Amino acid sequence: MTTATEPEGGSFRPSMLIYDSRYRSATIQIVALIGFLLLIGWLVSNTVQNLADLGKSVGFGFLGEPAGYDINQRLLDYDSRDSHARAGLMGLLNTLLVAVMGCIMATIVGVIVGVLRLSNNWLIARIMTVYVEMFRNVPVLLWIVFSMAILIETLPAPSAYRGEDPAASMLLGGNVALTNRGFYVPEPLFGRMDEEGNPLSWRQGLGDVHLFGDAWLRFDVSLELIVVLSTLIAGILVSGLIRKRADRIQNRTGLRPRTWYWRAAVILLPTIIALWLMGFYLGKPELRGFNFAGGTHMRNSFIALWLALSLYTAAFVAEIVRGGILAISGGQTEAAAALGIRPRRIMSLVILPQALRVIIPPLISQYLNLTKNSSLAIAVGYMDLTGTLMGITLNQTGRELEAVMMTMLIYLLISLAISGAMNIYNNSVKLKER
Amino acid sequence: MADYSYVREDMLPEREPPVSEVGIIGWLRENLFSGWFNSILTILSLMFIYMILAAIVPWLWTPTWGAGSLSECREIIADLGKQHGGACYGVITERWQQLLFGFYPDELRWRPILTFLGLFVALGPVLFSDVFPRKVLWFTGAYLFLAPWLMWGGAIWTPLLVAAGPALGYLAYRFLYGVIGNLGAVIVAVLVPILFWLFLVGPISSGLFSVIPLGLEVVESRLFGGFMLSVWIGVVAIAISLVLGVVLALGRQSDLLIVKYLSVGFIEFIRGVPLITLLFVASTLLNIFMPPGTNFDIILRVMIMATLFASAYIAEVVRGGLAALPRGQYEAADALGLDYWKAQRLIILPQALKISIPGIVSTFIGLFKDTTLVSIIGLLDPIGLTGSIRADANWNGIVWELYGFIALLFFLSCFAMSRYSMWLEKKLRKDHH
Repeated sequence: MTTATEPEGGSFRPSMLIYDSRYRSATIQIVALIGFLLLIGWLVSNTVQNLADLGKSVGFGFLGEPAGYDINQRLLDYDSRDSHARAGLMGLLNTLLVAVMGCIMATIVGVIVGVLRLSNNWLIARIMTVYVEMFRNVPVLLWIVFSMAILIETLPAPSAYRGEDPAASMLLGGNVALTNRGFYVPEPLFGRMDEEGNPLSWRQGLGDVHLFGDAWLRFDVSLELIVVLSTLIAGILVSGLIRKRADRIQNRTGLRPRTWYWRAAVILLPTIIALWLMGFYLGKPELRGFNFAGGTHMRNSFIALWLALSLYTAAFVAEIVRGGILAISGGQTEAAAALGIRPRRIMSLVILPQALRVIIPPLISQYLNLTKNSSLAIAVGYMDLTGTLMGITLNQTGRELEAVMMTMLIYLLISLAISGAMNIYNNSVKLKER
Repeated sequence: MADYSYVREDMLPEREPPVSEVGIIGWLRENLFSGWFNSILTILSLMFIYMILAAIVPWLWTPTWGAGSLSECREIIADLGKQHGGACYGVITERWQQLLFGFYPDELRWRPILTFLGLFVALGPVLFSDVFPRKVLWFTGAYLFLAPWLMWGGAIWTPLLVAAGPALGYLAYRFLYGVIGNLGAVIVAVLVPILFWLFLVGPISSGLFSVIPLGLEVVESRLFGGFMLSVWIGVVAIAISLVLGVVLALGRQSDLLIVKYLSVGFIEFIRGVPLITLLFVASTLLNIFMPPGTNFDIILRVMIMATLFASAYIAEVVRGGLAALPRGQYEAADALGLDYWKAQRLIILPQALKISIPGIVSTFIGLFKDTTLVSIIGLLDPIGLTGSIRADANWNGIVWELYGFIALLFFLSCFAMSRYSMWLEKKLRKDHH
């Protein structure tokens, strides 16, 4: 059956590509695609031409060459003879480190500030408002250089901890030292030695597993850590079984047995025993000569970046949390109370699930912003991905195209991973409609 | 008759509410000391505020505005007998002009100031549509061409000719509409101004300038700096990205698959990478991508990348505006028989853009703050200038006063803009109901 508006078949004219709505969308799309391909082709041909004029070639061989520069804060072993690829890996790990720690701290501070902004206490609410406005309205780069300046200018030098009557003293029972070179904190270690360096009885170190041999991806995992972690995970699994059993009993009899002490015990006891067996102890930082030795040295650059990024992002998180709480109308609480639910369960069963649905998506996009902003590390000399791959490696090898493109690609992958996680979460909490 | 003597016969006079429930005391009790927990919190916060103020106010309250160097400041502070030092404002007295204008020539500073003031007049009819008459929109249109001319200088003919581009396009459209039909005329109308700008404006302008030498002294972009640079990059990027952003948002909403995926790809790519990598593209790669021999100066390259960056974010804001429009608006436009472009132009976009203004302002605030990143690739925005000021022997070692001054300026402008955005949001919500 044909309708009157449809033209008779077999009489295709080129002008129908434009005027016939059946073909027009295809025409526009093909024109757009051709235009896009032409643009790409134009850019590529310009690039090829320019690179040829400069006598450069495109290739990723430089990644295997020795980097020749040091990275002062790193998570894995690295020295200047290692390849550019490994230097980039150190940078990536540093980016991820500051991003993860920043997200954790931003969430904690942001939730506290957001809740306190709604406080009945006028003064507290005002202080929190000042905090939020102060951090939101000043560029994050300024906060980063500002916190670096605060650390350098206000904290004592390591030498202040020296002598009979030191000008500064270590915090938390002599475990933590805050200096203008960074923070020295205790470091978790396994396998204690006696004075002569012999392992104490059978509590000796188990050693490390070396992964990936000598390749740029190589890393060591301590066997003790594996043992402790697997004990912990096993404990959590057993605790899950106990919870399921409690659920079953509750379903059958209507009474829920008390299990929290059992569950705490199966998680904590085996882990503590495993830690003791592996000879776990904290390596304290000690002043030797002009500087501290032992312990973990968190450098100024890392602390400044971490604090500035998390406090800045926390201001945005606080607004999101406040908005999320305000979005749940008071009727929800009243309705739940009318159903006879207890106040604590109203929070966990009624308010939080709804508030989280409002809070989580913008929260994740703040995490994304924090991760992207961590690239400002270059301003304080923290060696993240921007500082290594797009910084020193680029300057030393002169491979602008490859280095910048790779850096962008890696950031893009991180962002896509985060937004992918967000989509999965969104789908799982989406209102189940008919 | 029963004895009702115990019943009161006259009303008691009204009594004042207890002193503890009204006035300042009542307010204090209700808001600060409404329980032991709140009271402790209040006292702790008061102590906290006192500690902060006690540390900062004596430092701030230091009359060192006249000092010519850091050592001179220290002498003044020592003379005042201050224990814990004080602020050295001499650096701000001496350098505030540089922090505001960079190295823009002294005698030409009226030009950026005029441009900046003009910005408010030009934005008036958009941002405060009730106060400004609609005719000011003509000024907004002219401002688009005048502002770059004021900032960079050059022959008066260049902005006039550039402004003539769209007019030529319109003429071409009217002329060709009858000859090759609507679509062909639209394509020609888009191509004519672009070709005109690319190939004809330069020669004609210099030709006219040699005949009638009317113009302003040229100021090279490398002299731009300070807050002027931040504002200028932000304004240019947002202005151009509004156009690009609307196109991208429409592309993302489009039914045409290829157009849609190209838009989505561009938006997600730009939003997925940090601005600093895009600025590195501007500083190291953009000249490699261009035809051999092209050489944009660095500020222009940064503006291009900032524009692309902003357009992805504006596109998302506009998409939000498009999604927030009730479905009935689209259906009503279809029912009136409007085609896609007419529906967008007459019905959809005016409403969608109006509800997007708060989001656009927020994007601008974000971009304005992000312009500080250009200091990392060596441009002299306020933060970039701190480096050169601190390298000066007179001011070596100065920290807080400079950062504080810059932070204060950023805070004031961003705070004002965010308040405007909140006010507008509230107003739009009221208009809606």
